[in-house]
Amino acid sequence: MAKTKSKKEKNPAAAQAPKGGHTISMLVANKPGVLMRIASVFARRGFNIDALVVSATVNPHYSRMTITAQGNPQILDQIIKQASKLIDVLHVGEHNPEEAVEKELALVKVRSTPALRIQIKKLMAQFHAHAVDMTDAAFIIEQTGSTAELDEFENRLKKFGILEIVRTGKIVMTRGKEQT
Amino acid sequence: MAQQNKKTMNGAETLIKCLENHGVEYMFGIPGGVVIPVFDALVNSKIKHILVRHEQGAVHMADGYARATGKTGVVVVTSGPGATNTVTGIMTAHMDSVPLLVLCGQTTTGLLGKDAFQEADIFGITLPIVKHSYLVKNTNDLPRIIKEAFHIANTGRPGPVLIDLPKDVTSGPFTGISLDPAMDLPGYKFETTGNQKDILKIAKLLKNSKKPLLLVGHGAVISRADKILRQLAEKLQAPVTNTLLGKGAFPETHPLSLGMLGMHGTAYANKALTGCDLIFSIGSRWDDRINGNNAEFCIGAKKIHVDVDPAEIGRIVQADINVIGDARLVLEELIKHVGPMDTKEWLKELNFYKKEFPLHYSNEKGLTPQCVIDTLYKVTKGKAVITTDVGQHQMWAAQFYLTDHCGHWISSGGAGTMGFGFPAAIGAQFGRPKDLVVAIVGDGGFQMTCSELATAAVNKLPVKVIVIENKYLGMVRQWQELFFDNRLSGVDLKGNPDFVKLAEAYGVKGIKISRPEDAERLLTEAVEYDGPCLIHADVIKENNVFPMVPAGKSAYHMITEAPNVKGKSAGTK
Repeated sequence: MAKTKSKKEKNPAAAQAPKGGHTISMLVANKPGVLMRIASVFARRGFNIDALVVSATVNPHYSRMTITAQGNPQILDQIIKQASKLIDVLHVGEHNPEEAVEKELALVKVRSTPALRIQIKKLMAQFHAHAVDMTDAAFIIEQTGSTAELDEFENRLKKFGILEIVRTGKIVMTRGKEQT
Repeated sequence: MAQQNKKTMNGAETLIKCLENHGVEYMFGIPGGVVIPVFDALVNSKIKHILVRHEQGAVHMADGYARATGKTGVVVVTSGPGATNTVTGIMTAHMDSVPLLVLCGQTTTGLLGKDAFQEADIFGITLPIVKHSYLVKNTNDLPRIIKEAFHIANTGRPGPVLIDLPKDVTSGPFTGISLDPAMDLPGYKFETTGNQKDILKIAKLLKNSKKPLLLVGHGAVISRADKILRQLAEKLQAPVTNTLLGKGAFPETHPLSLGMLGMHGTAYANKALTGCDLIFSIGSRWDDRINGNNAEFCIGAKKIHVDVDPAEIGRIVQADINVIGDARLVLEELIKHVGPMDTKEWLKELNFYKKEFPLHYSNEKGLTPQCVIDTLYKVTKGKAVITTDVGQHQMWAAQFYLTDHCGHWISSGGAGTMGFGFPAAIGAQFGRPKDLVVAIVGDGGFQMTCSELATAAVNKLPVKVIVIENKYLGMVRQWQELFFDNRLSGVDLKGNPDFVKLAEAYGVKGIKISRPEDAERLLTEAVEYDGPCLIHADVIKENNVFPMVPAGKSAYHMITEAPNVKGKSAGTK
């Protein structure tokens, strides 16, 4: 019951949500427990996190979190406010592609036979992807790009038989001189 | 002991020294294996440890102490069950923005995560219900963490801070340099004065209103905005209503006061809610007990929201103007920019409602809870510090014990925690030893923490507790009667003890009131008694709280009388 309700709430909002979900970037204290605090703010409001990247920053005291999530923009606004309130969170901002560079990396393992190899290589060239591991039976392809580019590449690879796929999730950086 | 200054202090001694430096008078709690170093350090400290009978009681005591004094309440408990027993109390304080410091013992750092004896991940368990928390890994971090904890707990929107203290951290040597180091809180910020431009916008909006309503909440009490609020209301000639926890921010005996609004608020306050053309919330979060249905909340009225917490802005009500800041500081600025409003007609209308739908009760069928509370009000001349539990008695206390001062009304609002009232009164009494502190509790809630009678007795506190015994979990019974065809389920408190004998067993004076005509004499005797005293009010069993706005409904659907009473039936629109 609760599940269907939350779905209902999400659907009209999904139309307003930017394609690929919202991208939220947070500068947080590099301390244990921070991730739990942030994750619980999202979970409490019924927001499912699609991707989460935590990485070091220039300053070892802080970490950068980039979170991709789907859902109602008004609830997201509340989540951002709640997350900003956390003592260990220094800054929270939502980003859109116009003002920020957004990138993601994928590793895709595809079945390879001599007959398919040429076709796959063609496709890789088209998407600026390259092979990082090659055996007689399979390729591991590395691709960097926007979420949409990665999605498209994945779609086109499907017919060759994807064995496995791992994506890092989106990272973003504000364009120009300003800090993210 | 003079030698000890030269000797290195251990972590526990450092901790206690820091707490002393922060002005801590009392620590409420219970010891246990891993927290013995802290209790050892307490032996030579001027801080008084108050031994309670259950950790929940300790947290409620610290909570009552904090609400009565404005200072941060301190709790000390052991690991595992000692720590988990504080959860209800921490959640209560978190919901009502009460500054607390909860110190929990913890197993040694080397055993963390290994299911050691009495190990509980209290840091993880309490994450959603604290303002902040620490797991201390290094003894030398203690002074900074204690300083930060006090700062976080009692600034901005106050709240509980938990510190988990592994035994090796408290028993290890302190080799740090300073007991007063710099804080390291780059992510912690809070607003104080509010945005000047937006404050001017409030003034402008007020000017255009004919039917304003000031809605004051706990934020106004916490910031001690009572003086400025009174000046503002009188200058504007605007009526004021308060939330349950807003009691005391504005004198309820003032002619401009409409008393409490909401689910069991006065009929005239709820009428004002449906009739106003502007509602100005000062430190209230528009919660569902005053705003059951957001779509029908103050239809057509302009809305202004002042709150210290940015996350409250737009969370429930989308206001026309929002100011993030401390209620007192914002009002002190606002008052410079406002003049009297033309509210004569509006006040006349509200005064008509006051006469038409007053709060009332009758003693025809015997002693009623309202009679007990009303008589207490008269006997104490409204000057007591009142604490309550949750349920019917709480609503009657809110209705009939008018509150005129900040810190005189202490009740579990957001959390609705049964068992809160009595320990909170004990804590309040420690904080304000010269004031009369009275807990008004129900027979259900009292039995959840009544073992603290021992704490009251041992410390010879002059605290009073009135147990309103209707032999039911009355509020649930009321809902079952009104909304579930009177199919009573799980509400009969068969097996209640003889409360007077219970008190006496602890060495506490017990007084029983059974008849309305005895109430004044016996309550006078009770409040004049110099020591802890339990008053057992044996009231009629089935009495309901009215007015009532059913859950999930707006004030338009208020029921002013029991629906089966003919003539003045439900739904006064």
